Amino acid sequence: MSDRLSVLKTYKLYVGGKFPRSESGRVYEVTDSKGNWLANAPLASRKDARDAVVAARKAFGGWSGATAYNRGQVLYRIAEMLEGRRDQFVAEVADAEGLSKAKAAAQVDAAIDRWVWYAGWSDKIAQIAGGANPVAGPYFNLSSPEPTGVVAVLAPQESSFLGLVSVIAPVIVCGSTVVVVASQNAPLPALSLAEVLATSDLPGGVVNLLSGRTAEIAAPLAAHQDVNALDLAGADAGLAKELETAAADNLKRVVRPGAADWSADPGTERLLAFLETKTVWHPMGV
Amino acid sequence: MTFDYAPAPESRAVVDIAPSYGLFVDGEFAPASDGKVFKTVSPSSEEVLSEVAQASGDDVDRAVKAARKAFEKWSALPGAERAKYLFRIARIIQERSRELAVLESLDNGKPIRESRDADLPLVAAHFFYYAGWADKLDHAGYGPNPRPLGVAGQVIPWNFPLLMLAWKIAPALATGNTVVLKPAETTPLSALFFADICRQAGLPKGVVNILTGDGSTGAALVAHPDVNKVAFTGSTGVGKAIARTVAGTDKKVTLELGGKAANIVFDDAPIDQAVEGIVNGIFFNQGHVCCAGSRLLVQESVQDELLDALKRRMQTLRVGDPLDKNTDIGAINSAEQLARITALVDAGEAEGAERWAPACELPTSGYWFAPTLFTGVTQAHRIAREEIFGPVLSVLTFRTPEEAVAKANNTPYGLSAGIWTEKGSRILWMANKLRAGVIWSNTFNKFDPASPFGGYKESGYGREGGRHGLEAYLNV
Repeated sequence: MSDRLSVLKTYKLYVGGKFPRSESGRVYEVTDSKGNWLANAPLASRKDARDAVVAARKAFGGWSGATAYNRGQVLYRIAEMLEGRRDQFVAEVADAEGLSKAKAAAQVDAAIDRWVWYAGWSDKIAQIAGGANPVAGPYFNLSSPEPTGVVAVLAPQESSFLGLVSVIAPVIVCGSTVVVVASQNAPLPALSLAEVLATSDLPGGVVNLLSGRTAEIAAPLAAHQDVNALDLAGADAGLAKELETAAADNLKRVVRPGAADWSADPGTERLLAFLETKTVWHPMGV
Repeated sequence: MTFDYAPAPESRAVVDIAPSYGLFVDGEFAPASDGKVFKTVSPSSEEVLSEVAQASGDDVDRAVKAARKAFEKWSALPGAERAKYLFRIARIIQERSRELAVLESLDNGKPIRESRDADLPLVAAHFFYYAGWADKLDHAGYGPNPRPLGVAGQVIPWNFPLLMLAWKIAPALATGNTVVLKPAETTPLSALFFADICRQAGLPKGVVNILTGDGSTGAALVAHPDVNKVAFTGSTGVGKAIARTVAGTDKKVTLELGGKAANIVFDDAPIDQAVEGIVNGIFFNQGHVCCAGSRLLVQESVQDELLDALKRRMQTLRVGDPLDKNTDIGAINSAEQLARITALVDAGEAEGAERWAPACELPTSGYWFAPTLFTGVTQAHRIAREEIFGPVLSVLTFRTPEEAVAKANNTPYGLSAGIWTEKGSRILWMANKLRAGVIWSNTFNKFDPASPFGGYKESGYGREGGRHGLEAYLNV
């Protein structure tokens, strides 16, 4: 052990590609599983949530309009950047979840591989979810999936990193933008992920990360009229019901919480949950 | 010299309406538990057609129990057997299509030309289409052996009574679910006739249950704890209430709600075709269409030419007896709906838009509204923002494609949109930018069982029709 005093990191929110503190000026203490202090994380406010929605909406046009190939490369780039900072995330996940180094490494490796898996979906999902429809008449008729818009995601509470990646990647790979509420007690891997996202060619505002009390931040997101969908992965049953009720006000698409094994093959469920099907007709003739 | 149309009425003799109907539960017709009934009238004459049962909460419970009981065997039936029942139903509908078309026009008020040429062929086609899926679900893209959800509670509107029934029941049965369906309060009859078709097809008891009633029956059905799937077509207001009701439950929901579609005409569009499309877009089915092209966005440079042609065309529309084969526009479905249309049209005038309608003699009994057009409409006007659900078109203008897109998308709805231009690249660019579930380019109001239908944003979620329509009834 050297005598050198280490340089601690000030953890910040990630909104619109920038790293602001909470506008409320509040922070809260984050500890490891044994109760040892790890850092102070920003305690995001309702205003931070609304700012994040504005940033996500602003980014939606460009990101949804980017080519699928481009989005796939950006997601792959995130995996590349993460691989380079693997040790840092192994340490953070071990602290956050009380895991051995080997188990934490397995989580981080799976998370990196998950980015790669989803990266490949960008230019394939339309071929799975869309297609030509043989209507009974002289018409060209084609259904294609399109991104839903701005999605609010409550990241899983227990799986602070693999779970987090598993709920962000499927939303953004198809062109939606996202406001993520990190695990309340284990937000540090999420806030560090923001540093990776910021250096992966991901346009600012595509992913916005907030830390704090899940219920406090989720309420204004669920009620927000410019949020199109809500993933309740990190909500307990009581909060989920409350938020789903609020989400009905502008008919947000809602993914309910469910028993999730984040290490299992994710399938296409979360990809399809944040897509709309658009069907275009045109007459055929000479 | 003028040519007048001679009356060309379709015969009512082809349909035999009983003086009263019970609820169709577990394969039997029975009165409501508390004996309550209500009358259904023909909106074109206000004649009472029949008296139907008002299902109570107890009736909902009985129907859900019957559907639950039937689910075990129905879902275990080989898909090929379920398919054959649905093919039978499709064929019987084809055989009885004239009878059902006349019935639909009587109970709903829509012109026989539409019930005969649009509704009924689509109803039969929908059953025929989904029949074929029943034994091919492994190949539908939802993984191997996708399972049905259980009991589906389905609530449908009055604008296309039998077609909406088909959209709900055909995919539900094909995937192995059983159903409790509530038709709209003002149009219960075709669903009750469908119960008889189920009997003729030999469909096992309890697989389809029909409960007539008002909104309270629908609310009880949606809230019933043993319903696994809720499917609703109707207003956005009720859709939101349903979304709140099912919050925190395991019920899967699909909602097909309101719209305020833009029908966008560029200066290079073939004007005559566009006029036909505009007329079809807003006056089809008296404008009682969730995807109606109720906002005409016309490029400024062709505004005068287009509106002149449109007005000329509107003068030829024939409003009147739904059973007359020459009728273009039938009756408004109910006094209540007529009052809603009238109130919004009054608001349009009060807010400063200019109202125009062709000279048009309306029948003295029944509920009627002349085809109407508003010019000088701004985006702030209620008639540009709210769904009128009647034969009323709001005309707005634009200069650039970007402005057309911005105006078209400036609505909480996102069900459909129309584009009229000869330029292919512009069609595809526009189709890409419009936030709506169905885009009709150089056509409008086309429907097909193979084509997914449903909205973005507050027009609801889920798709009906096509392979996509299966998802709503599978545990995927």
